[in-house]
Amino acid sequence: MSTQETRSHSFDASSILRSTHKHDDPVEPCLKVENLNLYYGKKQALHGINMEMPKKKVTAFIGPSGCGKSTLLRCINRMNDLVDGVTIDGKILLHDENIFDKSVNVAALRRRVGMVFQKPNPFPKSIFENVTYGLRIQGINDKRILEETVETSLRGAALWDEVKDRLNDNALGLSGGQQQRLVIARAIAIAPEVLLLDEPASALDPISTLKIEELINELKEKFTIVIVTHNMQQAARVSDYTAFMYMGELIEIGATSQLFTKPTKKQTEDYITGRYG
Amino acid sequence: MIKLWFKSGSPWIWLNAAAVSTCLIMVIGVLGLVAVRGVGHFWASPIVSMNYQEDDGQVKTIIGEHVDTTVTPAAMAKSTGFQMADNEDVLIQYLMKTGNRDLTGSDFRWIQERHIKSQAEPADLIVVERREWGNFYGQLVSVKENDQVIASGEQAWIALQERLKTALELHEQIAHLEKKEIGAINYGLEQLRLKQKGLELKHAWNAETIKEFADKKAAYDVDYKRYQAQLGELYQKIRRDSLVAKTESGAELVIPLSKVVEVTQPNTMNVLTKIGHYIKKLGEFLSEDPREANTEGGIFPAIFGTIMMVIMMSIIVTPFGVIAAVYLREYAKQGFTTRLIRIAVNNLAGVPSIVYGVFGLGFFVYILGGNIDALFFPESAPAPVFGTPGLLWASITLALLTLPVVIVSTEEGLARVPKAIREGSLALGATKIETLWRTVLPMASPAMMTGLILAVARAAGEVAPLMLVGVVKLAPTLPLDGNYPFLHLDRKFMHLGFHIYDVGFQSPNVEAARPLVYATSLLLVLVIIGLNLAAILIRNHLREKYRALEG
Repeated sequence: MSTQETRSHSFDASSILRSTHKHDDPVEPCLKVENLNLYYGKKQALHGINMEMPKKKVTAFIGPSGCGKSTLLRCINRMNDLVDGVTIDGKILLHDENIFDKSVNVAALRRRVGMVFQKPNPFPKSIFENVTYGLRIQGINDKRILEETVETSLRGAALWDEVKDRLNDNALGLSGGQQQRLVIARAIAIAPEVLLLDEPASALDPISTLKIEELINELKEKFTIVIVTHNMQQAARVSDYTAFMYMGELIEIGATSQLFTKPTKKQTEDYITGRYG
Repeated sequence: MIKLWFKSGSPWIWLNAAAVSTCLIMVIGVLGLVAVRGVGHFWASPIVSMNYQEDDGQVKTIIGEHVDTTVTPAAMAKSTGFQMADNEDVLIQYLMKTGNRDLTGSDFRWIQERHIKSQAEPADLIVVERREWGNFYGQLVSVKENDQVIASGEQAWIALQERLKTALELHEQIAHLEKKEIGAINYGLEQLRLKQKGLELKHAWNAETIKEFADKKAAYDVDYKRYQAQLGELYQKIRRDSLVAKTESGAELVIPLSKVVEVTQPNTMNVLTKIGHYIKKLGEFLSEDPREANTEGGIFPAIFGTIMMVIMMSIIVTPFGVIAAVYLREYAKQGFTTRLIRIAVNNLAGVPSIVYGVFGLGFFVYILGGNIDALFFPESAPAPVFGTPGLLWASITLALLTLPVVIVSTEEGLARVPKAIREGSLALGATKIETLWRTVLPMASPAMMTGLILAVARAAGEVAPLMLVGVVKLAPTLPLDGNYPFLHLDRKFMHLGFHIYDVGFQSPNVEAARPLVYATSLLLVLVIIGLNLAAILIRNHLREKYRALEG
């Protein structure tokens, strides 16, 4: 695919975003994916993805299992670097800087692009140490700063009131939903620009899921959020924009309200009406 | 019916249960035997005085303690040359510890039960535990001071108790002076000599240093003379008193109190005093140096050497094993080479330990140690410092021997750390090494401890390689003492395992040493259990702390 085509493709996507945004506030893209191909060994898993993710909005990736939505998400903070035999071409621009550039420090990138995984993965340490982990790695050991960050992050993740009296308890003693919110607190403690959520509620019960969804609504005031979900209702509830992926390709991206009511592609319509997937 | 029973699978369950119980019974049996035989040694047994008809028809008195009994069928006894009467079915023999090796030439003798005319346990029989010639059995006659009898008869026992107490105190003072104070002076003088030789080799031996050294030597000399005077005085005091005792044959023997460890009258002791005596003997066994070619006295240096060696080995093997495992699991590109390395590591665990001993002697002691000596200790040549077996080389050799278990279990521990945890850490901007250091390694630490536990269990019981790389029958000094630099890695040391071999099978007085072998074995087992328990406690603590997201 030529660069010309790439450009036109991405312009298409952004024009859709603009035209569908009712209140017409200027949408500033935070992340741009340009012509991204990803291969596991010889097998191609992502095919020429072009899209934008606007700043301080929630973008959801939906699609059937194995469609590459998680893979795409993990490209954004280069988690796929850890997988043997992965090759990537194309670009992902974070504020016009290609994250695949050789000059990019991966650890620094991941500090700007935080990530929350499907299963809660708190470290087997105290709640306090979990939240301050990212800060300590940056060499911040000032007790006052750490304590402040713990409180603001836990408040930000709507967990403060539940754990404020047992910050020194092991994080593994928390319930699944609390653990997931703790992981979110841990991620926002290092003040990233982007927060990647990989099916954050799929391992949780309905009440915890609800809490996480409410939390996402609050968090988008501060962070650009990209969420992968296979739950279409969830995508509809929490996201501003939705991208539908199928077989490693981006089929359609648009404002959530529009994509779910008037999808432009047949495949999208089939998926959201439950004909496959 | 039987067929059905076989089909049900219960025979297999029974078979497995039987196998497990057999193993358990054997382990308990061995430990029980060792415990009973070893622990019983320190119990004060009664002294028997008997009239015994010797083979030549003479009746003599035998004084001693009963040790063992054998029962031989008449036919078998006849065939080995005993004359048996027709009405005798069995020949009963007793092994008696009669002591008095200086007079009779041996500590033990076998007697036949049928020749015992009469026996009794008179209260006035004494056992004298001596620093030389083993135990003395007999009757107290008198106590002497400078060859003058000062107490005899009933009074002798009371006087003896008092005099012995002072003698023991004096002995302790002498030992302290000789070992600690004069030992330190000798050590200092030796260091001076080495320094002087070193300076001579560097051509820096000039008037200034000559004077400096002479001053230091003079200072040591003054100290030495002072201690020597003190020692002379103490020796004079301790040699003053002696006891006179009558042996079973009626001869009188003079035993200087300076050679006496303890005098008891076991036949007058009740259970309580026996318990007290037992605890005292056990304490001495655990805390004192061996005597008489290791067949008497304590085994403290061996306990100390074993623990010291195991600790040194742990300090060496843990970082090596962990680093190797981390590289293999986390950094090395998985493939043919890593597989080959893993196979090699696993096979290393199967190499006979004596091979490690030979390797340790050839490579560590002679090549490494020899070169270290040539480079850093030219002044002590031709006497080797590190070019001879010692604690350091023994620890390194055993570390090599136990490296595979540490590597394997650490690798397993690393593999068990969930990927989600690593990703969580990396996603927070940690680099790989930070993730390893802050999260993965702590979580793998229980597995490392498991490896260490296995390593300790193997190393503490290992003897064969140690005989080549550092263990000796009798080490004059401990590897840890008050002389700078305190930890002497070049010294040879004693080891419980080797001690068992030496006392049990290499000593001139095997019969006397047998209970000690049992006691030492029991102690070795206890030391290993203790070391393991310590490691297991640490591991369980770590497990609790880093309880991973299991399940």
